[in-house]
Amino acid sequence: MQQTRTIPRLSIKPRQKTMQRILQHGDQPYRMLLLLSVFLTVALIIGIGVELWQNSGLARQAFGLKFLITTAWDPALTENFGALPFILGTLITALIALLVAVPLALGTAIFLAELAPAWLRQPLGFLAELLAAVPSVIYGLWGLFVFIPVLVRPFSIILNKSLGFLPLFRGPVFGPSRLAAGLLLAIMVFPTITAISRDVLRAIPNSQREAALALGATRWEMITQVLLPYGTSGLLGATILGLGRALGETIAVTMVIGNNLDLTASLLHPGYTMASLIANEFTEATFDLYLHSLVEVGLILFAITLILNLFARLLIWRLSLRTRTEVRV
Amino acid sequence: MNKYSTARKNRRKTVNIVMLSLTALATILVISPLIWILGYVIREGMPALNIKFLTQLPTPVGVTGGGIVNALLGSLMTVGLGALIATPVGVLAGFYAAVHPDTTLGVLVRFSTDVISGVPSIVMGIFAYSLIVLPQRHFSAFSGGAVLSFIMLPIIIRTTEEMIRLVPGSLREGSLALGAPEWKTSVSVVLPSALNGVITGVMLAIARAAGEAAPMLFTAFGNPFLNGDFNQPVATLPHTIFTYAISPYPDWHAKAWATALVLIVLILVLNIVARLWSQLRARRMAG
Repeated sequence: MQQTRTIPRLSIKPRQKTMQRILQHGDQPYRMLLLLSVFLTVALIIGIGVELWQNSGLARQAFGLKFLITTAWDPALTENFGALPFILGTLITALIALLVAVPLALGTAIFLAELAPAWLRQPLGFLAELLAAVPSVIYGLWGLFVFIPVLVRPFSIILNKSLGFLPLFRGPVFGPSRLAAGLLLAIMVFPTITAISRDVLRAIPNSQREAALALGATRWEMITQVLLPYGTSGLLGATILGLGRALGETIAVTMVIGNNLDLTASLLHPGYTMASLIANEFTEATFDLYLHSLVEVGLILFAITLILNLFARLLIWRLSLRTRTEVRV
Repeated sequence: MNKYSTARKNRRKTVNIVMLSLTALATILVISPLIWILGYVIREGMPALNIKFLTQLPTPVGVTGGGIVNALLGSLMTVGLGALIATPVGVLAGFYAAVHPDTTLGVLVRFSTDVISGVPSIVMGIFAYSLIVLPQRHFSAFSGGAVLSFIMLPIIIRTTEEMIRLVPGSLREGSLALGAPEWKTSVSVVLPSALNGVITGVMLAIARAAGEAAPMLFTAFGNPFLNGDFNQPVATLPHTIFTYAISPYPDWHAKAWATALVLIVLILVLNIVARLWSQLRARRMAG
């Protein structure tokens, strides 16, 4: 029996034999598949950069670096394009968001990591995660019909009446405004900053806490004088990741910012951001230069978020080297 | 103990209590928007929600009735296609990153995953537009599905990688030592023990993609008719909410709330099931 089976095998040509071995063994195709997936993943990020660069060529040639500092956005008559109002709008709204979100999110992270009783920790963390799961468009819907009329508009009127002499709070108050967008963004970045800050605090070794308490520090002193300095780079990383999220947020901002090109200092005035500009005008770009200008705005947004992301991850990675526990973000 | 130190001690204790209570207050403030939003979506969405709303096509302004069946189908098509593209690629790339963490390619995968997850979805939309819509010269469900697959990819890679890394190395080594080829080890030893986690990741990715409106504006584009053709534009749930919400008609606003209720129920159910499942599994593994 054995012999009769080996004889036909010997007659297989070497080429066929290798084919057969590959198919039987199967590791070669498997490795190829793995490498293909790796390649596709890496190609995606490179592809985004290349496509954005190529499809903004006309605008880059026509306006050069002036694109970043001119305020003209006139597709109808002069066909001049400058992105300054949108860049400023994006930065202002993101800044408002961080100013509101960071203290609150940090407080929440401290509560969740250091103070909350064990039975409360998981449900609260779960709720914070659900907050991150609510889609952007529902934040926008709620912002437009509930948040602005109930909270932001009355608050804006009070600000305007009491501090209206400052250019920052000059009227009139409409409702949709940079302030509304900034506050809504703050709610949207809470979960990001909270979750990462909580993990950063959890990663700090217990010996640090015990040492501080043993020296007679109160819990609050332990947190501010030991934990926060120890986790600074990680907490900063969490903040910057929140900033990245706020800069790229589109649909909710488009719904509550009022989409207005005026370049005023007032936070109570409707504004515009890079992302909401792309959302509003991309399908209306009727000629190539217009489209390329919009893509260049996208390219700027891509570049800013890319740099911020890398920087934030570097900071968090540095902390994880120190604590020897990995904080994945 | 002199008077000064007692006063100081009291002050430190007061500061401690006040600040610690403030962190609890911050937690309540951060969580409360979730309850406010959910409550409002349910309150405003419930009255307009019925079987007809889920099974009829939208009507023009002023005509009563009408539903979102076109958006339900469109969302199913785009999210389904996205999952179909992103799941195999994401699981394989996650596998690679978990099994070869310290090789150049392994580091490159993890780095790319981190970078991709930070790219704004609207920028992904521009990418899909210039990659698919521009050469084809028309909007399509296919391009919408492609954007969603880009958005889902990093989530799937990351959860797969984490789950595979939890599988003890001895399991893999045992299988290899018995002479099983690498692919067989991966498919019938490593993957089954990490499968629940991987499915959780895919569910979270689907939940995330189902809520994306921004990139749909110029890929799937929207369509008032029922369309099952991947080469034609389709409506999606989040895009429909956006269109209805920014319209000036109160009737459409009511429909926006009802659509939002449908979407948020879908997404929250996916999220809650996925997280409970993974927690249950973690508990079982620990105990």
